[in-house]
Amino acid sequence: MTDSISTTQSLSRESGVELDLLAREERITPVPLWRVRVKLWWRSARQNAAIFADNKIGLLGLAIILLFGVMALAHPILMATVWDARTYDPITGYSFDELRQPAPPSARHLLGTDPLGRDVLSQLMYSTRNEFILGLLAALITVTIATTIGATTAYFGGVYDMIFMRVADLIIMTPAISLLIVMCALFNPDLPQLAVVIGILSGFGGTTIIIKSQALSIRVKPFIEAAKVAGGGHRHIIMTHILPNLLPFSFLYMMFGVTAAIFSEATLSFFGLLNVRMSWGIMIFTAQAAGYLLSGVEYWWLLIPAGASITLLCSAFYLVGRALDEVVNPRLRKR
Amino acid sequence: MLKYIAIRVAQIIFTFFVFLTLIFFLLNAQPGSSLIDQFTDPNMTAEMRQAIAKSFGLDKPLHEQYLIYLGNFLTGNLGVSFSNYPRPVIEIIFERAPRTLILFLSSTTLAFTIGFTMGKILAWRRGKVTEYVATIGGVTLYTIFLPWFGLMMIWFFAFILGWFPLGKFLDPVLWRGAPFNSDVIFGQMLTTASAVVVALFIVYFISRRLDPIRRQPTQIGGALVIGAAVLAVWIPHPAARYALDILHHLILPIATLATVSFAGSMLLTRNSMLETLREDFVMAARAKGLPDNVVRDKHAARNAMLPVVTAFVFGLALAIDGGVVTETIFSWPGMGQTLLQAVSRKDIPLAIGGLIFGGSLALTAHLIADILYAYLDPRIRYS
Repeated sequence: MTDSISTTQSLSRESGVELDLLAREERITPVPLWRVRVKLWWRSARQNAAIFADNKIGLLGLAIILLFGVMALAHPILMATVWDARTYDPITGYSFDELRQPAPPSARHLLGTDPLGRDVLSQLMYSTRNEFILGLLAALITVTIATTIGATTAYFGGVYDMIFMRVADLIIMTPAISLLIVMCALFNPDLPQLAVVIGILSGFGGTTIIIKSQALSIRVKPFIEAAKVAGGGHRHIIMTHILPNLLPFSFLYMMFGVTAAIFSEATLSFFGLLNVRMSWGIMIFTAQAAGYLLSGVEYWWLLIPAGASITLLCSAFYLVGRALDEVVNPRLRKR
Repeated sequence: MLKYIAIRVAQIIFTFFVFLTLIFFLLNAQPGSSLIDQFTDPNMTAEMRQAIAKSFGLDKPLHEQYLIYLGNFLTGNLGVSFSNYPRPVIEIIFERAPRTLILFLSSTTLAFTIGFTMGKILAWRRGKVTEYVATIGGVTLYTIFLPWFGLMMIWFFAFILGWFPLGKFLDPVLWRGAPFNSDVIFGQMLTTASAVVVALFIVYFISRRLDPIRRQPTQIGGALVIGAAVLAVWIPHPAARYALDILHHLILPIATLATVSFAGSMLLTRNSMLETLREDFVMAARAKGLPDNVVRDKHAARNAMLPVVTAFVFGLALAIDGGVVTETIFSWPGMGQTLLQAVSRKDIPLAIGGLIFGGSLALTAHLIADILYAYLDPRIRYS
């Protein structure tokens, strides 16, 4: 592009005769495809952002997610600068300044300490990162599997489709939390392993069926026929025609997947079945194990921050998912 | 239709055996020997341990154990529980399954009724303040952390207000000298409940054939007669006080579960209603000059009901999932708590039994959902 412009300019300087002709040629120099694509992409992104921003509840969800993101990022910085590791470490720290543990909120410990003398705010922030890693990893695995299988089964159909749909039926019918509890109690997985298990279970299960139904409605569109008539191969049609139209839905179900994964993790840690050092579920488990269950408001900092965080982050991802649903599914928008 | 049902049943039985096989091998793949872990006496010799393993048939290769288990399963024998030693697994399931079923049937039905009613009103009031409040409230309840919420409910209603007991199935002090077995009383209560449900359905179907004007009085009258009949049976019953005690223990778990799960039905009904309201027949109904609530309830909501009914049946299917959490929080001795205890004590036969119970419940619910779908949606015809 730049080459052609510079040569045109140098040529035109040399001979005035050809200038007119070349200038016309320059005008019809085709804009490269990637530029058109970026422009189109940018335009639709702006439109979609406008639809998304129209939904105030979705924006609220996004704000909550960002807030938790800041908390997760701030924890290592705080540990490196302000907080002394001996006092503030979320797992091994102990607050020597307090006479009684758990200590109520004070200037030193903004959310107090837990029954083992550890800072609750530090635990809360440290766990946030774990929840994000688990939720996003599990949702990414789910969506990758579900989109691949959904697109290909909808395109090819036949025996291939039947096998994966029967597998999906089997997984839907399995009581997932019970199965996870059994597996966690017997095999004691750590966080990434749990993310992979949750991702595989929901990837081959319900999410596949939903994404496949979307892929089926894309498959019968005229442009797929046109691509076939034009001689496009299977791989080309799936990669360049079906997948780009399917990705918005995948992204949408990723949001719901994050909610489900965080929820499963919290439930499993609440029963003390996971090999995780600290998480919101474990914070509630610790308070329960130490007998502060029915203390209610008196020891509120033991139960409420962790419980509210689980609910807030889960509902934030869910709200963003619902707002995205209105972007990709025009039938839900306002009349 | 009959052919379709027959094919579905065959498929579901096949799926069940695949599920059973997977569960069996998965649970037996856990590290260590589940039986030997039950014996912690250090003075036991290796020969004694081997003899015990042999008497349980655990010395055979795994595939042989599987075939034996399959054979026993077909005769209704699920083995012996390790942690409740001489009791067979099937007996434990029969004792505890009704408690789980009643908890979830009643809470899910309650949640579905409230959620459906609120969802259709919500969709009708698109864009008003009601919608924002209900959506945020609904999503919060839908994604609330159930163990934490259960604890808060116990703390507030049972501990602070003292309206309900702190958990458990019955009050041991009251039952100490009771001349009845609690399971027998509970069975009688279950029979009464199912009879009431059947009677209410009959009244509903009879009233639908009547004039629209006489419909409501018939329904109210029928409900009153049924209520009076239940009271007439139970008040002179010698175990009435004990039955009341079980009911008292039931209220808080049911209320908690219904509060958490009605939001799901509400949000789903709203979405489904929003899609239905765009259909031409709704506009036609409005153009005819029908009142708003008739358009909403008779024309739109009927059609918007389909996905919600499916979700309702699937919700019933996953009862054991919610059961593990709720029953542990409320110390409710049902199948969920049994499953958790079984895996934490490595009682493999009981754990397999619990999962089989959950799996068969889910499979039955799926079959019902398929048939119901065909019945509710005339556009779906299976051939």
